[in-house]
Amino acid sequence: MFVIKHRKIFLIISSVMTIIPIILLFVWGLKPGIDFVGGSILEVSYPDGRPDIKVVQQRIDNLPIGNYSVRPMGENSYVARTKFLNENERVALLNSLSSNGENKIVEEKLNSIGPTIGQELKNKAYVAILLSILFIVLFIAFAFRKVSKPVSSWKYGVVSIMTLAHDILIPTGVFLFLSKFAGAEIDVLFITALLAILGYSINDTIIVFDRIRENLNIRYQHHNSRETFEETIGKSLGQTYGRSFNTSFTTFLTVLALYIFGGSVTQNFALVLMAGVIAGTYSSIFIAAPLLLLISRERTEKK
Amino acid sequence: MWKIRVIALILLIAGIWLGFFLYTSEKNPNSSFHFKLGLDLASGTQLVYKADTSKLESKDVSSSMQALKEVVEKRINVFGVSEPIIQTESGGLGNSDEKRLIVELPGITDINKAVEMIGKTPLLEFKLMNKNYTPTEEEKKNNVISRDAFLDTGLTGRYLKGSQLQFGQKGGFANEPIVSLTFNSDGKDLFAKITKEHIGEVLAIFLDGQPISLPVIQQEIPDGSAQISGKFTADEAKELVRNLNLGALPVAIELVSTNSVGASLGKDILDKGIYAGIIAIIIISLFLILWYRLPGLISVLALGTYIVMMLAIFKLIPVVLTAAGIAGFIMSIGMAVDANILILERMKEEFNENRDNMEEAIKNGFARAWLSIRDSNITSIIIAVVLFWLGTSAVKGFALTFGVGVLISMISAISISRTFLLAILKKNHGGFIKFMFGIGIKN
Repeated sequence: MFVIKHRKIFLIISSVMTIIPIILLFVWGLKPGIDFVGGSILEVSYPDGRPDIKVVQQRIDNLPIGNYSVRPMGENSYVARTKFLNENERVALLNSLSSNGENKIVEEKLNSIGPTIGQELKNKAYVAILLSILFIVLFIAFAFRKVSKPVSSWKYGVVSIMTLAHDILIPTGVFLFLSKFAGAEIDVLFITALLAILGYSINDTIIVFDRIRENLNIRYQHHNSRETFEETIGKSLGQTYGRSFNTSFTTFLTVLALYIFGGSVTQNFALVLMAGVIAGTYSSIFIAAPLLLLISRERTEKK
Repeated sequence: MWKIRVIALILLIAGIWLGFFLYTSEKNPNSSFHFKLGLDLASGTQLVYKADTSKLESKDVSSSMQALKEVVEKRINVFGVSEPIIQTESGGLGNSDEKRLIVELPGITDINKAVEMIGKTPLLEFKLMNKNYTPTEEEKKNNVISRDAFLDTGLTGRYLKGSQLQFGQKGGFANEPIVSLTFNSDGKDLFAKITKEHIGEVLAIFLDGQPISLPVIQQEIPDGSAQISGKFTADEAKELVRNLNLGALPVAIELVSTNSVGASLGKDILDKGIYAGIIAIIIISLFLILWYRLPGLISVLALGTYIVMMLAIFKLIPVVLTAAGIAGFIMSIGMAVDANILILERMKEEFNENRDNMEEAIKNGFARAWLSIRDSNITSIIIAVVLFWLGTSAVKGFALTFGVGVLISMISAISISRTFLLAILKKNHGGFIKFMFGIGIKN
């Protein structure tokens, strides 16, 4: 099997693909949105056409609300991000955006989150990701409990985690680019996307592992000890990569439709998911199985 | 053979009937089974208040929060907002002492108005009856009381410390409900002065400009506590106490988060979400049919049944649909497709090994694909549960539709698809059926 034969190349490629987002994380840093640090997002539309952004910015500069950003949105809207606004500050901001009533505005969306709630959400996000990973490993160790040779079942879990790390870091890298060049901020939806990727990636990995499990069982039943673990893995990969591709392809199409037609709210969500689906498919074929082999090798060589 | 065909037919008819139900209940404006849309889709305002419970003893916290909820509910109901949702919540994760009040107001997009509605303290006033005022004929006829019939005393709910329901203890008052009032120190002085100067007169209690009680002053009351005894039932007295206490919220609240979505934006998000979903379903159906031929078509039918089942569940429970919730549902459709692909691929394998026994191939395909479907879907459900447990309302919406979707898809993939496929089998299948079952590229 091609993948197993050249596994070192693929593992190196994956390592590079994983290291880049980690470096970017340190260099650029993640920009937390108001969900996590608190603040206000106000979206207003101008039914009669929006004024020049500089005019709007000049007016807001005069307000005592500290740092803010105003970005154009769609054809005739602006989105303003500020600190957590109280009632008076909000009214003042609205007045600035409408040039004190000169430009007709419609308040499309206002989202204000206090700093304490933001901190709480942040903690929840960490716990959610860690708990999900923990439960998945435990479940996989349980589901593969009957195949403890030549690799013990919890190692399937460990390999899944390593694949998961890969599958989460790559979309995070994509998001870092979005955040650097398009002003995207980490919000609850992004965390949801990461967790959905966790689910998908593990699905793909399980399809491969399940086949390895089945082929190992067949091997023991037939006492066909001449087949090595390497060959079993290669055979299993050969039997599954077609369906791995098809399942991922349809999922990719679904998310692509969400990206193109789903509107602005879920657009970044869909883009991160697309990156995750690609990474997840790649990793289940090119990383999970080779890693499993690597782990089993180390054990046999030590013996 | 015929048994399975009958079951398949019943399933198909049930699916069509469900689809019909979805359509008619949505079109019929009087139906009670409309989709419930979240605030981000239907437009409205969500307000989150932090309740200051630091001064309360821990045993009183939950009853105070309940009282707060009732007060706010009552205030909102006065304004006639349709289906407001008012809930109390504890801050999670090491922050569980923090109590919050979440208010969702569908259709209200003006935050000012919403905040006012809740933050507004009802006006409680004490007024003396004007002895010199004679009601006009018209007022008598319509039984209305003119504002001129009473004189302001300056004593309002601002001076009230609290109100309680008591029951009479002795003699003729036994078990008679009594509403007791306690004023703060300023109120005490003012009340003492009024009661001293106006013994025998009616001191009316007004709530939001309406007289709710007309007690007669019996004697001077210097200690800042008053009792209203009269001919009311225990329920009426309870109501009065609650109204009086409305003058002050039982717990001080502070606005910590607001979220409002305008009507046009919400509709836009909804339309686009539905559009994306339909496009995705069409593309996937085409792919399944072109790649897997007849079994692919069967899968599409099974998926269609799955989708109407899910939508019916959303209507019947009902599940409040949000943008994130719709995304979760679309993703669960993706998972359902995955399960079908796994089955079809496995069937293809079995079919290639033994071209003559298709029934065996179908049954084995399902049995062998089941393990990987089960394991992969269980991990998805684990994630959904974690998300639901920890998440905020938006994430909860995603987790609920995704989790329920995966669970139902797991069941439908192995039951509905299987029944449909076995139902179209013929004992003596010709080359055409074989071609129709020849799946994708030849291995």
